[in-house]
Amino acid sequence: MSYVRYIDKTRDYYLKEGYDKPYGWAHFDDVPFAPLKKPLAECRFTIASTSDIAIREDDSTGDHTEEMLVGNAYVIPSDTPLERLYSRQEHFDRNATHLDDVDSYFPISRLREAEASGRIGSIAKRLHGVHTSYSQRRTLEVDGPLVLERCREDGADVAILTPI
Amino acid sequence: MSLIARYLEANGIPTVMIANGRDIVEHCGVARLVFVDYPLGNPCGEPYEVAQQRQIFEMALGLLETATEPRTTIEAPFKWSKGDDWKQLIFSDEQPFLDGEAEQHWLDAKTRYKELKSEGKL
Repeated sequence: MSYVRYIDKTRDYYLKEGYDKPYGWAHFDDVPFAPLKKPLAECRFTIASTSDIAIREDDSTGDHTEEMLVGNAYVIPSDTPLERLYSRQEHFDRNATHLDDVDSYFPISRLREAEASGRIGSIAKRLHGVHTSYSQRRTLEVDGPLVLERCREDGADVAILTPI
Repeated sequence: MSLIARYLEANGIPTVMIANGRDIVEHCGVARLVFVDYPLGNPCGEPYEVAQQRQIFEMALGLLETATEPRTTIEAPFKWSKGDDWKQLIFSDEQPFLDGEAEQHWLDAKTRYKELKSEGKL
């Protein structure tokens, strides 16, 4: 069976739910491309994800509701033990699957294995959470620059991105 | 997420996205995509299937090494272990996407967003 066309499916679904204006999914004709500048074994990696990743028993990830709305990319220290990470995300296919295995959407263990084996150079000290904000403009004007600035501060050369 | 990918790429940081929503990502346009044909929530492989997750992760690393132009998509060679029924059911009348609590959170957030906007905080 072919893959799901979410843009079509959600348009129909929300029209039936009574919303009259379909969501305007981001679309661009041009796509920027940054070539890899050195071997992966010399690159420092980070992860950015919209999986609403958080740390158990730690309120430094802020007021969740407000943060989600305003945008504001946040950070997860990359040495956080796996068992302390979890997802607060509610927008996923909860009828088909679950988010109990962090590595199924935030591949921190795979990244650590790649570092240990020398496949990649190192892991940046900060990984990134980004909220799927209500405003594409805010994502580009607020969240993008924040993630970029932190990547540069940490010397991150490559980012693995995992949306939910 | 695709917008962040584009922003990083435009500023010199190579990215690879691992995602379940192929049409959404390709509609926006990103540099490199590993498409995993699984339900929204598990882009990096089925839960606790470590060997499979390793293969998907290695595909992403390989794509960083081999892609020479934007909009390069590769697809992971795996099928969801419980079959394809989820593809019919997602966003269907018989199966609401959000449960009652999650939908209420979403509606509350929308209201709060409008408030913040009218207060000039956004």
